Amino acid sequence: MMDTFAALAHGMAVAVQPMNLLYALIGVFLGTAVGVLPGIGPALTVALLLPVTYKLDPGGSLIMFAGIYYGGMYGGSTTAILINTPGESASMATALEGNKMAKAGRGGPALATSAIGSFVAGTIATVGLAFLAPWLVDFAVRFGPEDYFALMCVAFVTVSATFGDSPVRGLTSLFIGLTLGLVGIDKLTGQARLAFGVPELLDGVEVTTLAVGLFAVGEALYVASRRHHSEEKLEPVRGSLWMTKEDWKRSWKPWLRGTMFGFPIGALPAGGAEIPTFLSYSTEKRLTKYPEEFGKGAIEGVAGPEAANNASAAGTLVPLLTLGLPTSATAAMMLAGFQQYGLNPGPLLFAERPDLVWGLIASLFIANCMLLVLNLPLVGLWVRLLAIPQPWLYAGILAFATMGTIAAKPSVVELSMLAGFGVLGFLMRRYDFPIAPVVVGLILGPIAESQLRRALAISLGDPMTLLQSPISATLLALALIALLAPFVLKGLGRFKATED
Amino acid sequence: MTRDNASGDPAQPPRRVDRAGIVIAALLAGLAAVLVFDARGLSSTTMYGMGPEAMPVVVACGLALLAIGNFIDALRGNLPARESADPVPVVLILIGLALLIAIIGFGGGFILATSALFVTTSAAFGRRAILVDSIIAVVMSTLIYLAFDRLLTLSLPTGPLERLL
Repeated sequence: MMDTFAALAHGMAVAVQPMNLLYALIGVFLGTAVGVLPGIGPALTVALLLPVTYKLDPGGSLIMFAGIYYGGMYGGSTTAILINTPGESASMATALEGNKMAKAGRGGPALATSAIGSFVAGTIATVGLAFLAPWLVDFAVRFGPEDYFALMCVAFVTVSATFGDSPVRGLTSLFIGLTLGLVGIDKLTGQARLAFGVPELLDGVEVTTLAVGLFAVGEALYVASRRHHSEEKLEPVRGSLWMTKEDWKRSWKPWLRGTMFGFPIGALPAGGAEIPTFLSYSTEKRLTKYPEEFGKGAIEGVAGPEAANNASAAGTLVPLLTLGLPTSATAAMMLAGFQQYGLNPGPLLFAERPDLVWGLIASLFIANCMLLVLNLPLVGLWVRLLAIPQPWLYAGILAFATMGTIAAKPSVVELSMLAGFGVLGFLMRRYDFPIAPVVVGLILGPIAESQLRRALAISLGDPMTLLQSPISATLLALALIALLAPFVLKGLGRFKATED
Repeated sequence: MTRDNASGDPAQPPRRVDRAGIVIAALLAGLAAVLVFDARGLSSTTMYGMGPEAMPVVVACGLALLAIGNFIDALRGNLPARESADPVPVVLILIGLALLIAIIGFGGGFILATSALFVTTSAAFGRRAILVDSIIAVVMSTLIYLAFDRLLTLSLPTGPLERLL
């Protein structure tokens, strides 16, 4: 306990250095500005801004990242409330009530409750992260390679199959990612896999190229293809920006309840903020004293899901920092940010670079405070960003997206891959395949493979080693249950349906 | 979703074979075959445990199973209903990306390449003021080039326009 306080105080000392404060401020600003653009969620925000941090030192760059991450979350909810285009599924619940509030001329209080709720949830969840992380690190030190492999199997299944609409389509996305992860030189034997004699492919598929292609280019193609359908209108912020006493009274409990849903679920290797946001939405709908307002703009329906969303974002940092396990597309991009400096999050990083890890955690607090100050008075500025005409907006997004790749690797092969992933992202959106599992598969696939091969090399090739470790056996059993559960439940549902 | 149905295609009746789904299943099966074919060229040098060829085969098996799963879904018509898509803007953006790649490939530089992509994308989203957009694009990409070159000292590809700066 005391250790955590000492470590956190040390991290705070790192984070309040003037240069690091400046990095946090730039991160928060850029994150909000990009995150507020319609159709851009936090994952894409981080992917787009990754090249900007290339030249910084790891500490400063990670602090900037923390700002971008939280800024992207705030920006996303502004878009969800004002134009009803949630950049990602986690903002969908916010858009439900928030956009109705904006249409009813209560956009100001909706933005305020979402900003303050995000602040409350983010702060509580970051405290949770600070106390849970060292405990989990102590536990993770005992993990052998077979346990890590089993843990990744759990993440694979939960991210792709358990919580999606269709386990088959989720797993298909995951295996596309795993296939992409195989490309390049095998680290243990030096043999090239799936490179087809193209030298650029020997280094493997770049995570940022994949993410920017799937998210940015894919999204632009998708929006362009359905432009002839109706367009969403921007709701101007009318009336007071401030919450009334009544609004406060109706908001604070949903904030806390949302945090209680968001943080634990985000911290599990279950992935995604969709579940806690929708859980929070339905809970608030059940508990509210004003059920007639739901569907027409109830402030509880904004406060709860927004808090849940931000709390789960901090929650996903728990498995990311302590185990190196990304459970959402955004966390996967954060991991890519670490890897860009050759850093591998996990128990070792806590021991070797405590300044870095605790500096990052401390700057999450700072970023959160900056966002609260930055968001309420500056909301008018962000709203103006939303008013950019769609042709210029998407032309700008594509120019910015390709610029990242051009700056990192200006080769025809890399740019063609970016375009190819864009087409893949477009087709996956059109045919309703989830995108996050592809990114998680690309990042975790190679790590899972090397852990498995290490485990098998230690056990002299005996696969029973996976079941002899109690941790690994339990985790593999969990993965199997999580894999089969949706099929069994679906079968039960069908059985019921035929009975009727 | 219901709102879009008014202007787009009527929702597909359920229980009809979905052709796109069949194509997806075939592509997955093809990908599995490529993986196995590629893995056959690898030599296993490890004494114990897995060689480099084991994982591709495992992934290929998964892809093959998923091809079957997608095939069954397609036969049952289980895919979610799709809205009509307009191919023209998609093709325009892809032309823009192709132009960008070609200009970078032939040494045309960052400014020209990015401007080409900007103008075609803007046109894909319905703008017809190509001249105005071209000017905006050139000015914007020149500013970005200068910012990257001078402030961040990241080098972007140079062409005839960049050498003038």
